[in-house]
This record gives sequence, structure tokens and C-alpha cells, in this order.
Amino acid sequence: MTIAIAMSGGVDSSVAAALLAENNPPTDSNGPPAVVGMTMQLWNQRRLPALLGAEEGSPGRASGRCCSLDDVYDARRVAGFLGLPYYVVNLEERFEQGVVRPFVESYLAGETPIPCSLCNTEIKFAEFIDTARKVGADTIATGHYARVEKDPDSGRYRLFAGRDASKDQSYFLFGLTQQQLARTMFPLGEFTKHEVRAMAHERNLPVAAKPDSQEICFVPTGNYRRFIDAYLSEQGRKIDDTAGEMVTTDGRVVGRHEGLGSYTVGQRKGLGIATGTPLYVIGLDHPHNRVVVGANEELLKRRLLVREINWVRPAQAGNSFEARVKIRNKHFPAAACVEAREGREAFVEFAKPQRAITPGQAAVFYDGDEILGGGWISSVSR
Amino acid sequence: MGLFDFTARGGIISKWQKISAFLAAFQDPAMQRVYLDNNATTAVAPEVFEVMKPYFLEDYGNASSIHWYGQRARAAIEASREQLARLLNARPSEIVFTSGGTESDNHSLFGIVGASKSETKHVITTTIEHSAVLHTAQELEKRGVRVTYVPVGPSGVVDPAGIEKAIAPDTVLISVMHANNELGTIQPLEEIGRIAREHDIYFHTDAVQSVGKIPVDVASLGVDLLSLSAHKLHGPKGVGALYIRRGSILRPLMYGGHHERDRRPGTENVPGIVGLGKAAELAGEHLAAEMERVGALRDRLEEGILSSVPLATVSGDKSRRLPTTSNISFDYIEGEGFVIAMDLKGVACSTGAACSSGSIEPSHVLTAIGRKYEQARSSIRFSLGHFTTPEDIDYTLEVLPSVVEQLRSLSPHYNKNAISAQPAGA
Repeated sequence: MTIAIAMSGGVDSSVAAALLAENNPPTDSNGPPAVVGMTMQLWNQRRLPALLGAEEGSPGRASGRCCSLDDVYDARRVAGFLGLPYYVVNLEERFEQGVVRPFVESYLAGETPIPCSLCNTEIKFAEFIDTARKVGADTIATGHYARVEKDPDSGRYRLFAGRDASKDQSYFLFGLTQQQLARTMFPLGEFTKHEVRAMAHERNLPVAAKPDSQEICFVPTGNYRRFIDAYLSEQGRKIDDTAGEMVTTDGRVVGRHEGLGSYTVGQRKGLGIATGTPLYVIGLDHPHNRVVVGANEELLKRRLLVREINWVRPAQAGNSFEARVKIRNKHFPAAACVEAREGREAFVEFAKPQRAITPGQAAVFYDGDEILGGGWISSVSR
Repeated sequence: MGLFDFTARGGIISKWQKISAFLAAFQDPAMQRVYLDNNATTAVAPEVFEVMKPYFLEDYGNASSIHWYGQRARAAIEASREQLARLLNARPSEIVFTSGGTESDNHSLFGIVGASKSETKHVITTTIEHSAVLHTAQELEKRGVRVTYVPVGPSGVVDPAGIEKAIAPDTVLISVMHANNELGTIQPLEEIGRIAREHDIYFHTDAVQSVGKIPVDVASLGVDLLSLSAHKLHGPKGVGALYIRRGSILRPLMYGGHHERDRRPGTENVPGIVGLGKAAELAGEHLAAEMERVGALRDRLEEGILSSVPLATVSGDKSRRLPTTSNISFDYIEGEGFVIAMDLKGVACSTGAACSSGSIEPSHVLTAIGRKYEQARSSIRFSLGHFTTPEDIDYTLEVLPSVVEQLRSLSPHYNKNAISAQPAGA
């Protein structure tokens, strides 16, 4: 059996690769290698040169970002250090079709998209698994903090959050199918970030001291707006910057906005309105080109409709169950009642109202640390 | 303790285990390894390595120095110049040592254009050149030089009439490669040389892939400038040469000392140059026999593939090719995946020029000769060399069909039953 480890050049996937290499020494020297390192080339940073320059106020060029030459260099160095065969596979076309374009279109539709879940279901656990199988690796591994277990009774694979709650990435993994889980290993699932960092140092991995990446990999400096502007201008398009009214939830006009593309739900700063109480963006009213603002309490909502659900643990349509539901990467899962519906939908009602539930983000259902499933937030009500 | 470290969850991880895994991966004592990427680079011949050694440790003088050390280095360089001149049927004084093929190509294009007094300048080349010529020509365009890229048909061989038709009153240089690096196709340099002489235009060839593999005679080819690189003929990397016909006027590429008759400054790479000379001598000695031996192995590989794998086609004119090279398209596979899968079985081959690897664009050579996008992305270059053995070919033919099948079985467009009725190699 050959395992292909997806190496980004960061600490996590490097330690994952090291653990795999140590636990899977080559058995039959005449056979294929037990572990192979691979980097997915997903995005060409040179493509949008407008983004390569330093962001105002930042000292230099963006580093530690997706598919920069530096990251490939780091991944290659780690693979060499571990004695693993290493390859870069080019998945740029699929990444643009499956992740970047939907991300931009979702943003233009007034949503606040998170491309990482899409990247996992469309690229890492689809294209990458296929690529690995084509070259003879039946199993893949990634540096995600999550765990997979096979249920001995049902034969189904169960997905759990990583042991390190602070680094848990299961929120982005809800879309994994049984076939994908069957071919996937998460070597870091049992470890904390602290332990992973320590293991990198113990082994003298060349990237042991490399800082963690924070933002969306293909958006250097984390500025969505700048990326989308540059991407659209390549196609001769631009964000609709038509100014319009800023209104309160009861319809009072309180100011002007400079184009819906510049606002996100929950935003407080930069509204340009001076009132006694702080105002927040409650919603974006695209048909009327209005930004709806209100008090913090107005951001609190309880009900949402979730679509395109992937049930990791099967749910019967019509059944309701208690679960903890997470609606943002940094959100602490909150108690809710989930009602599974036909057509991969579910209706969710939180026990207590939650702040800034945002269409376009994922809602993921947990039972303890087990991921039951998840989907995309489609509409929200009080 | 000591030898074993117990970690909390990772199980027993010993230094010994780490070291042995490391060694196993690199040494692969029993893993069969076959190198079929000799157009990318070649192994240094042991005889070449032997003659280089003293120039690192003992005869390390600077060839420009007056003393004994300098004289030893100077003598070695001049002996190499003679060895190389003999292989090319050139005068030793017409050989300039460089850092390799890319520098020689740059020097030729920038040098001729830079020295030309013509008010407007025009350069003719082809669409299938190596990047070292193509990208230099593109840079010349940015600097105001007109460049004509003569198209090449499916044969992978340029039509000399196309070159002649492109000639303008201000054409200062024609640059056409000798053997194409991806297809192995050999270009009709004699005819183009005649045309260049008739019109009194400088004629450069990038002969990086042909020198040492087929006869290269600067007189009969009619070239004024010829680029070559040592590491393609079992010499060391980082050294090459430029043949400059006596009387040619070029502007230097770099400025510095008076080395290489003021053509190329910089302290000479003595061990490298010595290695190039020896590699040239060996290539000359074995040329006829090796062409036959390697050519037969290449044909066996090609026939073996075409008879065992359906929907495989050879690119380029088979009658005008280097004996070392075969370029084959396998429908319904991606070249990248094929190269990785073959490497994991121990066979090294490539999707095209190593210099373009990692780019998603299909080979410019294959698209230039009219291969469709998908075909260009599914083509593989096998290139043999002096150290290729019959066993290498046997092993390759043993593993290749299953690799192709593995890749095709996961391709969404491939339907095995629909094509199995077709004759093999159609």
C-alpha cells in the first residue's frame, strides 16, 4: 500500500509526513514506496500581478501563501529530509473551476463565502484522491486536525473533530463522503498544535519555525476585496460599486453606502454613521441595493435553513434531533434542534439566538466531537 | 534508552529506524531503476569524471596565471578545445567555452543583433525552438527587433522554403535548432545553411541535443554559430561551448577580463572544460556504433509500446530523428500522472523539456506541430543514452502497459470496451 501525503510546505503537513514516514518504513524494497509526498499546485501567484505588490502598511511581499514558490520549495525540502519521493501535481484548472470561481460568484451574490470547504470536497478529497490513485497510491493523508474511525458494526466511516479544539478543522471537512473517508488518513488528529510544533522541532524539520498560515491560501494578505477586484478585472468585469442607501431594519434611511461589495454581515467599523448606539450590518439587500443596519441585538437570530447537506452519519428525512451546530469557523458550536428534510436540507433552530448567521457560510452539526454532517446556510430568520 | 526515543503517541521511533528508512528510500538496493530521460541530462561518464578530478585538487591554477599552475590549467583548456573542435570539424580558435547551451544561445542571438549596424533588424527562427532561443527572441522583440517564427508541420521538421520566404532585406540572423529536444526530429540545416549563405545572413543552430549523438560537422551544415552543452553528452553540468565561425562579428554578452579571445570573460571552469573535451572525444570515438546500438534499443522500446498499448502514437517524422529519442502520445492519460506513476515503478521519463516542467501549458513544440491540446498533454518523451541497456528496455516494457491501464481506468472519458477492438498502435 502506498500513502500519498498532501504537503503544503507548512508545519502541520510536514509533521504529518514525518509521522507517516516513521510508521510506514519501506517493507519490500523491490516494491513501491510506502509514503509519497505531493504538493497540489492550485493557483499561480504570478497570474494576478496586482496582488503581488506589498499591501499598504505591510513590509514586503506575501509569504507563506498557497502555492508560492517558497512553499513548494519548503515542501520539497521536507520530503527530501524525510527521504520521501516527492511530486508537484498541477490542479490549477480544477481549482479555479471548483473553488475560485464559485467563491467570487458567491461574493458577488452578497454572500460571505468560505472556499476551504469547497476546496476540500472538490479538490483535496476528490481530485487529489484521484491523482493519487492514478499514480498508484490508494490512500491519501493530510495535515488536518481531524479523526476518522471505521464503525465495526455498520462498516461506515465516522468523522471526528481533532483532539485540539483550538485547531480543529472538521468544520471544513463536513462534505467528505464515505468513499473519500475510506481512503483518507489524518495523522495529526490525536495531537495538539503545541505537540505538533514540538515534534517538528524534535525532528529538526526544516520548517519547524515557520509561522502558521492564517488566511485563505490564494488570497494573499487576506484581502478578499482586492483579490476579487483583480480576478474580475482579468475578465474585464468589476464589482458593482453603485452607491446606495443605508437603512435601518424599520426602513429609516440613515446614510449612504459605497457599493454592497464593501460590506459583510456583522461588520461594525467603517459604516460612516455617527449615532448614539453602535450600528452593525444586519444584511445586504441586493434587489434594492441597500445596506441594512441595526443594533447588535438585531444580528441575533435563531432559525436557519441549510442546503446541500452531506450527512456523514445518515439522518432520516422528517426526523428531528438535538445537536450542536457551528455556523462559522470561529463559532463555538451551540445547542440546536435539527430537523432533517427531503432533498438534503435541514431546518435548524438554536436554543439561544446566535450572532451574525451568514448565508454562504457552512453550518456543521456535531454530536460531541463527532461530525454528523453539514451544508450551506441558505436563509436565516429570527 | 539512548537508541530509542519513546514519544507519547507516535509509537517507538528510533534513530535507527529513521536512518534505515532514509537509506532504504535513497539506496533502494533491490529497486530496479531505469533512466530514460537522457535528453534532460546524462550521467557523467566515469572516464570523464576521472580526467576532471586533478583539476579540482592538484592542477587548480587559474589558466590566465603566468606560473606553472596557470600553465597546467591553460594547457588542459587548449587540449579540450582541440578535442571539441575535432568532433565538430572546426578550428580550435573557433570554440568559445561557456556555461552551457542557454548562454551560448543568448550569446548568439544578442551578439549578432547587437553587433549589426542595420537600422532595422529582423531575425528568423522556428516555433519549435528550445526556450533558450524562443524566450531570447521574445526579449529581442521587446527591444524593437522583428522576429519571424516559421511554423513547423506535423513531421516536426521545418521546411527550408519557409525559412527562405521569411527573409527580409534587414534579416540579420537565422536560428534553427539541429535536433528538437522533445521529438528528436533533425532539421535540414544543410539546406538552410545554403540559403543563409546565398543571402549573406548569419546562421545559428542550437545543437545541444545533437552533438555527440549524430555527426555534427559545422562545415557541411553551413552554420556560423553552434551552441552545445556538455551534460547532454555524458559530460558535466554548467559547461558548454559556442562555435563561432572565424570572422563572425558578435557583441559580447558579458564584460570583464580578456578570456576566450575577448569573446567570453570570466575565469575558465577548468574541470568542466576538461570534462567537456573528454566527453567530446569519447562521443566521437563511439558515435557510429552507439547510433546503431541505441537506435536499435529505441526502436525496440517504441515497437514494444505500440504493440502492447492501444491508442498510442509516435510524434514527429520517424525517418529523421535522433536515434535516442521517442515521443509517444497515449490517449486518455495526462503526461504528469504517467511520469509520476512510472517513477514510482522506477522508470524515469518526462513529459517534455525539463525546463518547462511544472507549467500546466502543454508542450509548445507539440502544439506547434499541430497536436491537439489533449494529445499534447498526453505525450511522453523517452530518451536513451550511452548507459541504456537492453534490460532497461525490458523492464520498461514490463511495467508500462499496466501504468497506462491504471491511469486510463480512472479517466472519465476512457471506455475500454469501445477501443479494445481497434488494432494496437493505430
